[in-house]
Amino acid sequence: MISNIGKYCLFIKSLFVNRERFRIYVKLIFEEAVEIGYNSIVIVALISTFIGAVTAIQTAYNMTNPLIPNTVIGFIVREMTFLELAPTITALVFAGKVGSSIAGQIGTMRITEQISALEVMGINSSSYLVLPKIIGTMITYPLLVILSITLGLTGGYLSTTITGALTPNEYIEGLRMEFIPYNVFFALIKSIVFAFIISSVSAYEGFYTTGGALEVGKSSTKAVTNSCLIILIADFFLAELLL
Amino acid sequence: MIEVKNLHKSFMGKTVLNNISGVFQQGSVNMIIGASGTGKSVLMKSIVGLYEPDSGEVLYNGRDFYRCDRTVKKSIRQEIGMLFQGSALFDSKTVEQNVKFPLDMLSDYNESEKRDRVNDILKRVGLENANKKMPSELSGGMQKRVGIARAIINNSRYLFCDEPNSGLDPQTSILIDNLIKEITVEFNTTTIVVSHDMNSVMEIGDHIMFLYKGDKVWEGTNTEIMDAEPESLQHFILANKLLRSLKETRN
Repeated sequence: MISNIGKYCLFIKSLFVNRERFRIYVKLIFEEAVEIGYNSIVIVALISTFIGAVTAIQTAYNMTNPLIPNTVIGFIVREMTFLELAPTITALVFAGKVGSSIAGQIGTMRITEQISALEVMGINSSSYLVLPKIIGTMITYPLLVILSITLGLTGGYLSTTITGALTPNEYIEGLRMEFIPYNVFFALIKSIVFAFIISSVSAYEGFYTTGGALEVGKSSTKAVTNSCLIILIADFFLAELLL
Repeated sequence: MIEVKNLHKSFMGKTVLNNISGVFQQGSVNMIIGASGTGKSVLMKSIVGLYEPDSGEVLYNGRDFYRCDRTVKKSIRQEIGMLFQGSALFDSKTVEQNVKFPLDMLSDYNESEKRDRVNDILKRVGLENANKKMPSELSGGMQKRVGIARAIINNSRYLFCDEPNSGLDPQTSILIDNLIKEITVEFNTTTIVVSHDMNSVMEIGDHIMFLYKGDKVWEGTNTEIMDAEPESLQHFILANKLLRSLKETRN
């Protein structure tokens, strides 16, 4: 495990040493941002809306004490969405979708000698292939988290008002109750860190794939499981450090 | 010219290349032959820098690849073109983008110059109408041609071909062999071909190096190979029934 951490650190260092001309990366970063971010909008939107809706309904179900005002439901949904559901749960789903794709793509390039072809040409293969993916993910994932927050809160609004658990005014009043702007900043910091973890860990697993198609599949699986695990550990430390 | 001196490479204690030395001349097709697992591909990959040898020297026109500074190494790499066993085309790029790739990365040509050069090279390898095709739409032979086009687009001085005939039918193999030979003469490249196909050896091999269990056992020309003495080489050559009967007829 220690040697893997060391190898991962050297891999990250290799992204910045002897890299290619800057103009080459600009187009690649844009392409990756579209590939990774834009193509994830639908899945993130669906998950966020339903998680927000379910969180609101279940919170309402548990708030049976007449002494607790209904507005607290909106407050709880907002806090959970900002602090955990939007940045972290979306990251776990994102790791499954984007992480496996990155590892599979780079792993296939490795076993079909496409990476060797880059190296023979004198191109820093890790930097050329991985750096745009990491930067593209770090740009688009925070935007997806903002979308996730918006749709999560909207999902909560729809589910509670349609079922009659809350009136629209109660829910909106709850959302606005004791709002701390710092939580938005905290959610965005988390999203940037998680984006880096997902893209770099997945690329690392793909880049060091050896063997054949079976190993590409194994690399994809390892990319997802390791990313999820590291996200949860990082989540704990970020909460401890920043809150 | 590429010169290899006392190249030694082992993996996890197992010696794969044992003090290999040799000279690969410019303008001729130099072939490294041997049975599977004898270290042919490892030798080639050690020469192009994909595997760093444990000891020894690789000299590209006198420039020591493993002991030169980063700038010289980069310039040597830019003079290298390589055709991989499975072609190694970028499957997300079209034929044109694949061939243009080295120019995009390593040259200062403008877009129209690049496009002209790509069209010239694709015409040279007989693929003038394949610009917009994806690698998955091409046959094995066409993929090899695209691989060759990509390898020479940047006016490579050194051309490496790893098993260029693997997976090809005999007729296409001959076409690819001839293309490699023609390009070597036309562009005056130092060409190194790794192969275990005796047809290729007899067809285009100007200089042949035979490896057996990591050792260089023999080297010479394709006219000398039939009379070469090492037993391991004779076994390798005469595994081919056609060559066996040819030798019997000669005797």
